[in-house]
This record gives sequence, structure tokens and C-alpha cells, in this order.
Amino acid sequence: MHELSLMESLIELAEAEARAHHAERIRIVRVEVGALALIDSEALRFCFDAVAEETLARGAQFEIVETEAAGWCGRCGAETPMTTRFEPCRRCGGAPLTPTRGDALRLLELEIE
Amino acid sequence: MCATCGCGGATLATDHSQEGHAHGAQAAYRHHDHPHDHDHVHDHDHAHGEADRDAHLAHVHAPHLNQERILRIERDILSKNDAYARANRARLAQKGVFALNFVSSPGSGKTSLLARAIADLKDRHAIAVIEGDQQTSLDAERIRAAGARALQINTGKGCHLDAHMVGHAIDELALEENSLLFIENVGNLVCPAAFDLGEAHKVVVLSVTEGDDKPMKYPDMFAAADLMLINKVDLLPHVDFRVEACTAAAFSANPHLQALSLSALTGEGMFAFYAWIEARAALAAAESRR
Repeated sequence: MHELSLMESLIELAEAEARAHHAERIRIVRVEVGALALIDSEALRFCFDAVAEETLARGAQFEIVETEAAGWCGRCGAETPMTTRFEPCRRCGGAPLTPTRGDALRLLELEIE
Repeated sequence: MCATCGCGGATLATDHSQEGHAHGAQAAYRHHDHPHDHDHVHDHDHAHGEADRDAHLAHVHAPHLNQERILRIERDILSKNDAYARANRARLAQKGVFALNFVSSPGSGKTSLLARAIADLKDRHAIAVIEGDQQTSLDAERIRAAGARALQINTGKGCHLDAHMVGHAIDELALEENSLLFIENVGNLVCPAAFDLGEAHKVVVLSVTEGDDKPMKYPDMFAAADLMLINKVDLLPHVDFRVEACTAAAFSANPHLQALSLSALTGEGMFAFYAWIEARAALAAAESRR
């Protein structure tokens, strides 16, 4: 739902980095979206072109790397992969898991020229 | 847009002006309070070796033109919000202010709940309220009528409050020492879960007219909260809402969640909520003295 405002922060950050490195334009924007990040990748992609217009990222490729989340199981102590908050431990079936990673939206890298 | 820090959209309406914009000269001098990220980006831009560079020169290309480089950044998009939230939390702790961030869908009765709590608690505690809505100052007016100072943030298109807006609001409110701060977030059971405002706890309000399956449908909000208030329990005889099923679902999203049932209309269960606030505030004060 807030993909547009997140995209504005993302492009702002990308543009500041690109300018700091004297880029003339950004060719590729690569971001990581965790499975528990509360972000819909398709909605994010939809916002990119609209927000990138009139910035150094205009016409850039937008690449999303989707990463799996993992959680800690309070019953058996294992760290186990998870795709939703309610998923039980894949080792012992314990639930709920406490997420340990995979809840971030991160700007990974830019290709600039 | 705020001229000092470039913040967009949101407007603050103070006690004195219903639709005012606080991003004027008053707010400008406080610009230096803002936290700034000091993450440095390291440039690993040697994607092309010497051979490429020689080739460019051989083709009479101006050096550094058309040279593709890769910048590794690895920055969390919410890191800026989180830095503002940390600054807010430090400022609130310094003054001994205990802040709660109330989140829910629209119509759960957050404003009525706060108005009732203010009327009941105002003789014991100084209370200020930050109201978040897309439009209007209606909620801030209701809170003022209940006897607390209130400041309205209009987010415009925004679907949540962020820590930067709340930082501006804290500037404006000039909070009293050892007071309570209630932040009423924009009515939305999704986005506010992702934004730390610097509060001590998120409190999720769910009314019995919304259905007991909400924690299953919107688990992230229940996972982010420390307390769930089931509101409008005076309507339980008239609706198909199973309190046990609702709390069971909420606990499966967050085993640390606490839950209370109450009615802001009749006052049923409100004193347990006040006891929770006072116990948590005392705990927070003890922790900050340690």
C-alpha cells in the first residue's frame, strides 16, 4: 500500500548516490525484497517508472531480488526458512517462528554511467 | 514541501490553526535536530579493467564517459525512518515521556477510546496527542474537547505516519516532563506496522464489528504490536465475534502480545487498560533511570 512512498525514498537514495559518483544516468537499480517485507513486488515495479521519470533513473532497468525469510523456532531452536508469518518450523512443526531475516526492502546496487 | 528538509505532503495543524502548516520559520530553526545518516557508501566501481579503459581511449572517447560502473549500496530503505525514530525515542526518554502508537483500521474507535482515556486520566497525568489522518482536524478537535493538547498531522496521500512527521510534531507540542503521549496513527491495518515512530509500544485496536479473523488476515500489525485492545465489547451480543478465536489467532502471530477487552462507550474494561499504561510507563521510567 505504501509502495509509492517507499519508491520515492528509494529513488531519492539512488539519485543521491549516483550524483555523488558523478553519474550521468542510472542504468540499473537492483533492490532486495524480503518475503516478510510487507512489500508487493509487482506494486513496487509499477511505481518505479512513474517515480523515476525526471530523475537520473529515468528509463533504467528495475531489478528485484526476492529473498527468502528465516525464523527462529522457540521449540527446537532451529533457524528455518519461512514464507509467511504463520508458517510452522520445517524441522519440528513448532509455531510461531520469530523472524530473523527477510523483512527488509534494501537498495542493493546501482549500475551507473 | 518543507523548505528545510524537503519533507513532502504532511501538514501539521496546531491548537491555534485548524489547517495550518507548521513548516514555516518556526520549524526551520529546528532543522539541525534532525538525525542524519552517516552510512558511507563504498564505491566498488571497478567493473571494467584496464583493457576497457585503454579501449575507450583508443576510440577517442572522452575518459569517464560511457563508463559503466556498479555502486554497491546495501542500504535499507527504512533506515532513514529508523534513524528519525531513534532520535524521537531518545528525546522522549530524556523528558520521561511515555509514548504509545495506536494502530487499527478506520472505524475501530481509536479516537473515542483516547477521548475516554483522557477524560479519566487527565487529573493524574499530563497528556498530549498526535492525530494522524489523511484529511481534516476533526479528531484533534475531539481530543481537545476531552481535555488534552492535540496536534493534527494530515498525511495527504500518505497511508501511515512516519518518524520524521512525528519528530516535527514533538517539536511543536513542547511535551511536559513525565507526561503521556498518545499517537493515533492513520486508520490502516497494513502500512503503519512497518514504521517505527519512536514509541514505547504499538497498541493495536480491533473492534468486534470488524470480525475475529482480522489477526489472520493482517498478521504483521499484530506481530508489531505489544498490546491488543478488543473494543466495542458492548456489541458482542449482536455480532458474530468470538473473542477466544480472535486472541488465539493474534497470539499465533505474536506470542508476546497481551490482550484486553473493553468498551470505550460504556467504560467496561477501561481500568485494566489504564493499569497497563501506568505499569508500562513505570517500567519504562525505571529502565531509563538504570
